[in-house]
Amino acid sequence: MTDTPLTTDQLSVTYTGDREIEAVKGVSIGFPANTLTTIIGPSGCGKSTLLKSLNRLHEIQENVTIDGDVLLSGDSVYNTDVPAPEIRKRIGYVPQTPTALPVSIYENVAYGLRIHGDYESKADLDEKVETYLRKVNLWDEVADRLDAPGAELSTGQIQRLCVARSLAVEPDVLLCDEVTSALDPVSAESVEKTLKRLKSEYTIILVTHSMAQARRLADEVVFLYLGEVIESNDVRSFFEDPQQERTKAFIGGPTPVNREDNATGPTTTPPTSAGGEGPAAGDDKQ
Amino acid sequence: MNRYMTQRLFGIAVRAAALLVVGVLLLVIGVTVARGGGVLLADPSIVFTPPGSRYMLEGTGGFLHAVLGSLFIVGPATVVSMVAAVSTAVYLQSDYSSRRFSDGVNMFLNVLWGTPPIVYGVFVLTIIIATGAQTSLFFGIIAIAIFQYPIMTRYTDEALRAAPETVRESTYGLGATRFESMRMTVRAAAPGVIAGLVMGFARGIGDAATVLFTTGRSTRMPGGLFEAATTLPVLIFDQAMSFNAEVRSHAYAAAFVLTSVVLGLILLSKLLAGRYARYTPGGNR
Amino acid sequence: MTTDTDSLQNRAQSSRLGRRLLAERYSSYWLTGAGYLAIALFAGITLLLFYRSLPILSEYPLSSMLTSANWDPAANNFGFLPAIVGTIYVTALSMLMGVPIALGAAIYIAEYAEGRTKTLVAALIDVLAAIPSVIFGLVALIVVVPVIGRYVAPVFSENTVGVGIFTVSLVIAIVVTPFMTSLSVESLESLPDELRETSLGVGATKFETIRSVLLRAAGPGIFSAILLGFGRVFGATIVPALLIGGQTQIPNSIFSTGQTLPTLIVNDFGELMSLPLTQSALIFVGLMLVIVVWLFNFGAMLVQQRLKRRWQYQ
Repeated sequence: MTDTPLTTDQLSVTYTGDREIEAVKGVSIGFPANTLTTIIGPSGCGKSTLLKSLNRLHEIQENVTIDGDVLLSGDSVYNTDVPAPEIRKRIGYVPQTPTALPVSIYENVAYGLRIHGDYESKADLDEKVETYLRKVNLWDEVADRLDAPGAELSTGQIQRLCVARSLAVEPDVLLCDEVTSALDPVSAESVEKTLKRLKSEYTIILVTHSMAQARRLADEVVFLYLGEVIESNDVRSFFEDPQQERTKAFIGGPTPVNREDNATGPTTTPPTSAGGEGPAAGDDKQ
Repeated sequence: MNRYMTQRLFGIAVRAAALLVVGVLLLVIGVTVARGGGVLLADPSIVFTPPGSRYMLEGTGGFLHAVLGSLFIVGPATVVSMVAAVSTAVYLQSDYSSRRFSDGVNMFLNVLWGTPPIVYGVFVLTIIIATGAQTSLFFGIIAIAIFQYPIMTRYTDEALRAAPETVRESTYGLGATRFESMRMTVRAAAPGVIAGLVMGFARGIGDAATVLFTTGRSTRMPGGLFEAATTLPVLIFDQAMSFNAEVRSHAYAAAFVLTSVVLGLILLSKLLAGRYARYTPGGNR
Repeated sequence: MTTDTDSLQNRAQSSRLGRRLLAERYSSYWLTGAGYLAIALFAGITLLLFYRSLPILSEYPLSSMLTSANWDPAANNFGFLPAIVGTIYVTALSMLMGVPIALGAAIYIAEYAEGRTKTLVAALIDVLAAIPSVIFGLVALIVVVPVIGRYVAPVFSENTVGVGIFTVSLVIAIVVTPFMTSLSVESLESLPDELRETSLGVGATKFETIRSVLLRAAGPGIFSAILLGFGRVFGATIVPALLIGGQTQIPNSIFSTGQTLPTLIVNDFGELMSLPLTQSALIFVGLMLVIVVWLFNFGAMLVQQRLKRRWQYQ
C-alpha cells in the first residue's frame, strides 16, 4: 500500500452558475494502488464533484472552474497538453445510474476498445470482451446472447456491464459513483461482490453514502464534509477509532468492523490509533 | 346547484368538440377512400401509367409522373434536410454551445417552423429568377429541404435532450472524444430522431405550396435533375379545378394514394420508434 | 497497465489519437456551421426577398399600395388592400371557429377521456393533423362547397355557388384544429397531478379546476399552439387557392369571393412572371407574409415569457 497512483494537490472545484459555490475546497489526498478507497459523507457534500474532477469529467458541464491539480503517477492531469480523452482512458468512470449504451452487449464492452483501437484482430477483440465479462461475473449470464441490446439486461447486470466496459480500456484507476444506489439489494450485492474481487487488481475509488457499504468494501476511507476532507484513514482505524468529532458524529461513534476478508490487517487485533496520517485531516470549523 | 350545471354543460361541450373533430376526420378519410378508392378499383393501372399527351385535358394515361416526382423530390430532400437537422441539433447540445446560443437558435427555428410554406416557395423561386435558372426537380428538392429543416431539427433536438445524461458521462469516462460521445448520444436518441425523419418526410410529401412554383408543374415523366417535374399534391391541386370529370376523378385517386402514404408513414414511424427503443437505455421497461 | 515500452505500438496509438482529435476538430467546424444555419436561413430569406422587392417599393409609395383597392398588374395597378382584407377575414374567422373547438377537444382528451377511448381519439387527431391540406381542399370541393352554396348561404340571404371567404375559413379551421389540439394536449398532459389535486381538494369543480388552474398553468404551451395555428392559417395557400373564388375585390360579406395574400401569389405568378414589376410586387407579398409571421412570433415570445412568469406554478 505504498504506491499511490493518484493524488490530488489542493484541488478546488467551484461552480460559477447563478451563485458561486465552492463544492470542493483545497483537497490534498492520495489514493493507494490496488486498493478500494471509499469517499463517504452526507449528500451534497461534494463527493461526486470530487470524483468527477479526478478525470476532468465535470468539463462536460458548463460553469465549473478548477484550482489545484490532480497527479496521475506523477503526471499532471490539469496542467498538461494531453487531451482529456487520453486522461479519461487512464482514469475510468462508472456512473451512478446503470447505463447500457444503445448497442448490443458485445459492443458495449467493445466500445472503448474500438475507439482507442486497443485490439489487433476480431479474434483479439472477442477474447478481450470475454475476459472482461468474466471479470465481472457476467459472462455466464450473457454468453449466449451477446448480440442482444445491452438495455435488455437487468439493472444489476447493466451495472456490471458498465464496470466491464470501463475495465476493458485498462484504466489505471477506476472511479465509481454510488454504483449500487440505483439497484435493488440483490443486484447491489452482485455488484459489490464484483468490486470486492477486483480491488486487489485495480485502484478503485468508490463514492458512497452508505457507511455499511464502506465497511463491507473499503480498504481506505475518506470522509468528506462540505467539500473538505475531515478525516481519511484505513477502514479499521476510521470506524473503530475516529479522530475527529465530526467523524464520530457522522458514523455514530466508534463501531467495530467485522469482516472476514479485511485486506488491511489481521481481524483480531484491537484497534490501534492511526488517525491523522491522512494528508489532509481537515479542520473542524462549524 | 348552478356550479354543477356549468360543470355538466362544460363536460358536454368538450365531448362535442372532440366528437366534431373526430367526425370531420372520418368524413374526410371516408370521402377520400370512397371516391378515390372507387376510381382506383375500377382502374388501378393509372398509378403506374405515364401520363398521355392530353392528360390534364382528358385524363388519358395515368399519374406515374407525379408519384415518381414526389419520390425523387421528397426522398433526396429528406436526406439533405436530415443531415443538416441532425448536425444543427447536435450543435445545440450543451457539449457544443452555450445555453444562450441554443435558446437563441431555437427561437429562430420556431419562427422558421411557423413560416408559411409558400414563403419558402417564393424564396426559392426568387433564387431561380436571380440565377436565371429554370424550375426543376432540383429546386423542388431545395425548397422541400428548407421546409423540412426546422421540423426535423426540432424533433431531433428534443430527442437528443431527452437522451440520458449518463450516456455522455459513460462514453466520456471511457475516453471518448466529444464527437465520439455525441455519436453514441445520437444512437441513444434514435427513436426520436427517426420519428422526426418520418414526420419530416410525411410533411414534405404532403406539401404543395413549396413546390408549386419551383418544380415546373410538368405533365410529363421526370427527365432529370434539372428538368421540370411535379408532385402528387401539386397534381391534385391542378386536377381539382379541372372541368373534365375524368381528370377530377384522377385527383381523388391521387388523393387516396397520398393519404395512404402519409398515414402509412406515421404508422411506420411509430413501429420503427418502438423497434429502436429496445436499444435505448430504459427503453424496454 | 503501466509502462508501454513497445514504441511501435506507442506510435500506432498516438497516430490513432491524432486522427481521432482531427476528426473531433473537423466535425466541430461542420457542426458549428450547421448551428448557424437557422439564423443564416432567416437572414437569407429576409434579405433576398427584401432586395427583390425594392423595384416595386421604389416605384410606388408603400402607403398607397397598402390602401389601394385596385389590383391590376397588367395595367400597373398594385393595390394590396383586397388581399389584405381577405386575409384578415379568413384568419379571424378560422381562428374564431378553430380555437374553441381545438381547446375543447384538447381538454376532452387530456382531462375527460380515459383508457382506450383516449388513446384512440388522440391517435385519430394526430392522424388528422398529418393529412396534407390539399386533401382537405379536394374533399371540401364536393362536400362543403355545395352545402354552403345550397343551404347555408341562403339562410343569410346570400347568393353564391359556395366558394368564398366563409368556405375557406371553415376548411382552414378544420385543417388547423387537430394541429392546435395535439399541441395543447401535450402541454395539458405535462401538468403535474398535484395541481389538479390541490384545486379539487379545496372543493372546486372539475370545470373550475380546468378554467382557473389548468388552463393557466398550461397557458404558455396553449398560447404557442394557437400561435403556430395562426401561422398556418395566415399562410395557408392551397385551400384558399382552391376555394376562395380568386376575384380581387374587397369582400362585401363573408360569403363573397375574394383573395388572400398567398392566393394572390398563386394566381398571378405563372402568367405575369415575365413582367419585372409584377414579379417584384409578388415577391413583396411574400416579404409581407414573412414580416407579419415573424413579428407575430417574436412578439408572442415576449408575451409568452410574461405569461410563464405570471402563471407559473412551481
